Amino acid sequence: MLRSLPHLLGIEGLTRDEILFILDQAKPFQEFQRNPLKKLATLRGKSVALAFFESSTRTRISFATAAARLGADSMNLQAEASSLKKGESLSDTIRTLEAMRPDGFVIRHSSSGAAAFIAERVDVPVLNAGDGMHEHPTQALLDALTIRDRKGKLDGWNITILGDIIHSRVARSNIHLLSKFGARITLCGPPMWVPREFEAIAPNVRRTACIEEALRDADIVMVLRVQTERLHEPALAPEEYILRYQLTRERLCMARPDALVLHPGPMIRGLEIDPAVADGPQSAVLEQVTNGLAVRMALLYHLVGRAPLDAPHPAKDRSNASD
Amino acid sequence: MRVVEKRQLLSADEISRTLKRLAHEILEMSAGSGDLALLGVRRRGVPLAERLAKLMKESAGLDVPVGTLDITLYRDDLSTVGAQPVLHSSNIDFSVDGRDLVVVDDVLYTGRTIRAAMNALFDLGRPRRVRLCVLIDRGHRELPVEATFIGRTVQTSDTEIVEVRLREVDGEERVMLVDRVSD
Amino acid sequence: MLLIKNGRVLDPASNTEAALDVLLDGGRISKVGANLSEQGAEILDASGLFVAPGFIDLHCHLREPGGELSETIETGTKSAARGGFTAVCCMPNTHPVNDRASVTRGIVERAAATASVRVWPIGAASVGSKGEALAEIAAMKEAGIVAVSDDGKPIATARLMRQVMEYCDALNLPVIDHCEDASLFAGGAMREGTQSIRLGIPGIPSQTESICVGRDVEVASITRARLHIAHMSTRASLGYVRAAKRLGLRVTCEVTPHHFTLTDEDVIYDSRFKMNPPLASRSDRDALIEGLADGSVDAIATDHAPHHPASKDVEFDRAPFGIVGFETAFALGLDQLVHTGAMPLMRLVELFTTGPARVLGIERKIAVGEPADLTIFSTEHEWIFRAAESPSKSRNSPFDGRAFRGAPMATIVGGKIVYRR
Repeated sequence: MLRSLPHLLGIEGLTRDEILFILDQAKPFQEFQRNPLKKLATLRGKSVALAFFESSTRTRISFATAAARLGADSMNLQAEASSLKKGESLSDTIRTLEAMRPDGFVIRHSSSGAAAFIAERVDVPVLNAGDGMHEHPTQALLDALTIRDRKGKLDGWNITILGDIIHSRVARSNIHLLSKFGARITLCGPPMWVPREFEAIAPNVRRTACIEEALRDADIVMVLRVQTERLHEPALAPEEYILRYQLTRERLCMARPDALVLHPGPMIRGLEIDPAVADGPQSAVLEQVTNGLAVRMALLYHLVGRAPLDAPHPAKDRSNASD
Repeated sequence: MRVVEKRQLLSADEISRTLKRLAHEILEMSAGSGDLALLGVRRRGVPLAERLAKLMKESAGLDVPVGTLDITLYRDDLSTVGAQPVLHSSNIDFSVDGRDLVVVDDVLYTGRTIRAAMNALFDLGRPRRVRLCVLIDRGHRELPVEATFIGRTVQTSDTEIVEVRLREVDGEERVMLVDRVSD
Repeated sequence: MLLIKNGRVLDPASNTEAALDVLLDGGRISKVGANLSEQGAEILDASGLFVAPGFIDLHCHLREPGGELSETIETGTKSAARGGFTAVCCMPNTHPVNDRASVTRGIVERAAATASVRVWPIGAASVGSKGEALAEIAAMKEAGIVAVSDDGKPIATARLMRQVMEYCDALNLPVIDHCEDASLFAGGAMREGTQSIRLGIPGIPSQTESICVGRDVEVASITRARLHIAHMSTRASLGYVRAAKRLGLRVTCEVTPHHFTLTDEDVIYDSRFKMNPPLASRSDRDALIEGLADGSVDAIATDHAPHHPASKDVEFDRAPFGIVGFETAFALGLDQLVHTGAMPLMRLVELFTTGPARVLGIERKIAVGEPADLTIFSTEHEWIFRAAESPSKSRNSPFDGRAFRGAPMATIVGGKIVYRR
C-alpha cells in the first residue's frame, strides 16, 4: 500500500488501488481548500526540501503552498541560484541539503531518472515533481482526480493526448495511469515526436499524425505544451504546428460533445490551444490547479507526515481513537 | 498483549434511554435557538449525532442539521510509528458561522480529540457557541475540556478501554469496559 | 626457466588440443611436448587447466597521459593481467591525443617502466582526432603503433577515411573505425527503442552505427586496404561486414563482451549500463553471437573504458560513456558462448588470440621460438567479480557482484608470471 511506499517516483510502478487511495485521500484536501482558514498544524515541525533543479514556477508554488497549508516549512532550492552552476555534482548538492535534515524531498530535475538517483542516496521520502522526460506523477494524479470529478468515473474513457509526446513526462505518467483504468489512448502530434514505441509501453495505446482522426470519439483531450527548450531536432515552425495540431473550437467539435479539455500548463494561448477553448466550458484547467494542491497535500501528508522509526510512543487517546 | 472484556457498562436499552434523555437536555438548554446544529465526530460520534437529531425531530418536531467532522488532520498525537492514519472527509453542508453547535462524540477521555475537533471547527468559521455531548465520560482529562451533556460518567484505570459498539458501525449495540492484559 | 606441466594445451593456430607441457626460457617458448622435465626450472602445475597462447585485447583505454585519475598504464595493465590478457592495444584518445611520435614514445616508455603486460599503442588517424589533417602516422609507426584510429569518434568523412586507408595500407597498418553517424547520435544516451521511451532517455537508433559501417565498407572497396570495425554492436553492421568479406575485402570486426551479454532491456538509471555503442536489442545480440560462432566476427575486444567513480556517480544522461572490462571478458565469453553451447572452447580461444593477432597482422601460437606469452585458464573455477577488489582505479562495471564459472588462472608475459589467481 502507498502508506508504506517510501517514495513516489512514478506512476508506472503503482497499482490501481494505490492510485485510488491517493485520489480518495486528496478529497478531504479539496474540501479544505474551501475553508476560510487554510492552515493546519498536521505537519508542524516538519520541513520539506523543494529541490527544483529545473526552473518551474507553478509546480514549485503548488508544492510550497501544499507544505505551508499543512503547517510544514520548506527549504527552497532553485536552479538559477544553485551551486550546480558552480560545478557541484548532484550527489554533493543532495548530501548538503540532506545534512540540514529535511523530512522529505520534492525533486524536479531535467534528467530522466534523477528522482530515483536521489532516492537511492537519501534516507527520507522523495516525491518526484518531474524528472526529465520520464515521469511527472503528481500531474497525472491531479489529472485523474479532475477526470473523475468532472466525468463521474475514471474507467474506460477514450483519451487523446496532443502534442510533443516523446519529450513529455506528463504524457508518460498519464499513459501509465489511465491505461491502468482501461482507457483507450490516442497519441497525436508531429510524427517525429510520436514514435511507435509508445504503443508498447502500455496496453491500448495507438498513435496518429492526423488530429481529426485523433479527436473523433474522444471523451478527454489532453493538450501538451510545445517544449521549445527540449528539442534536439530542427524546430517546427509555430505556424506549421498551429495549422496541423492546434486544438481549435472546430476541431474540439469533432470530439464527443461533453469532452473534457485538460492542459498541464503553462499554456501558450494561440499556439497549442485556441484561447476560446482554454477558457471555454469544456476546459478544466483551473480545477486542475486546485486539484494539484489537494493531491500534493495528500501526498505530503502520507509520505512526509509518516514518523521515522525512532519516533516516541503513540499517545493514550489512540486507544479510544475515533478511527 | 490481549484484550479481556471486564463488564458491560450500557446495554442496548440503556443506550437508547440515555440518548433520549440527552436529546431532551440539549433541546431544553438550547431553548428557542433557531440555529442549533449537531456535529458528530468521526467515527462513532456520527451515528450518535444522527440518532439525537432523529429523536429531536420526533419529540419536538425540530429539524436539526447534522454534520460530520473528521479530525485526523487536527490531531496533536500523530507521532505514530509507521503509516499516517487514513483521512476521511468532513461533511458539513451548512455554514458554521454564528451557529449554536453541539459536538457529539462517543467517549470523552484525555480531551485531545475534542481539542482537535475545536481546531477543525474554527478553521471552518466562527460558531456562536460550542458545547460538547458525549455518551461516556471516563475521566483522566489531560486538557481543560468539559462536556455539557454526559450520558454516563465512569471511573476507569489507565489500562482499561471503553468500547462503544453501535449497530451502524459494529453490528451490535452495547458499551463494554475492556482491559489490556500482558500474556 | 618456467615449466608449465599437466595442463591441456589449446593452440588454435595448429588446431591442437592435447595434454602437453610447455617450457619457457629467456622470454621464448623453448619446448613443447608430453611429460617434459627440466632441471632448475620453476614448475607451474596446470592440472585441470587449459594452456592457451596469451590473450590480446585489440581495444582498451589506459587513460595515460592526461586521465590518470581514472586509470594509469600501471593500474590498467594489472587489471588486464587479471583478465588473462598478455597484450593490450590502447586507444589514442588521451590528453594529449596520441597523434605524434613523441606521445607514442611516452606511452611506450611508461609501459616499459610500469606495465604488467605488453602495451601496443594505437595512433590517431587525424591530428587531435579532429578529422581534418592526417596525423604523422609513419613517424608513430616507427615509435611503435600497431594500428590507427580516431576512436571515441568516427573517422570524420568518407574522404578522410579513404586517405587514411590508402596511407596506412602502404605502411601495412590496419585502420580501426568507431562507427557512428554524428547527426543521428545527437544527444543520445542509450539505444533507441521501447526501453528508451519508457525511461525517457534520448535514444540512439541502431542505424547510427550501421550507416557508418556501410560507408567504411564502401570506402574499403575503393582502397582495398585493411579496415577493422571497432565494438560492432548490431545485426545490420554485421551484415555489411559479411558482405565485405564475401567480396574479398580485408574487413574485420570485434565485439565486446557486454554486447554479447546484455541488451537495452537491461538498462536502468545506473550509469554502469551506459556505454557507446549502447547496449543493443535482443536481435542484435543474437546476431552477434551467431557471428562470433561462425567466424564472421574476428575478435572479442573489451573496450575497457575506466572513469573514476565520482565522474560516473551522476545522472544517467550526464554520465560519461564507458565501462571497464578486462577482468570479466573471458569469463563472460565462457558463460555466454561456451557454457551455452554456442561455440566450442577452441573457437572462444581463437577470438582472444589468433583472431586479434590476424587483425594486427601478427601470429600468436604455442610453438618453439614464439614469445613466451601464455594464458592459463580454468573453465570450472567458481568466483564472484567484485569491482572494489580490482587493481583498476575505476569501478564502472555492470557485472559487479556477478558469479562466474571459469576464469583466467595465470597470465605469463615474456616468460614471467604477471598474474596468478
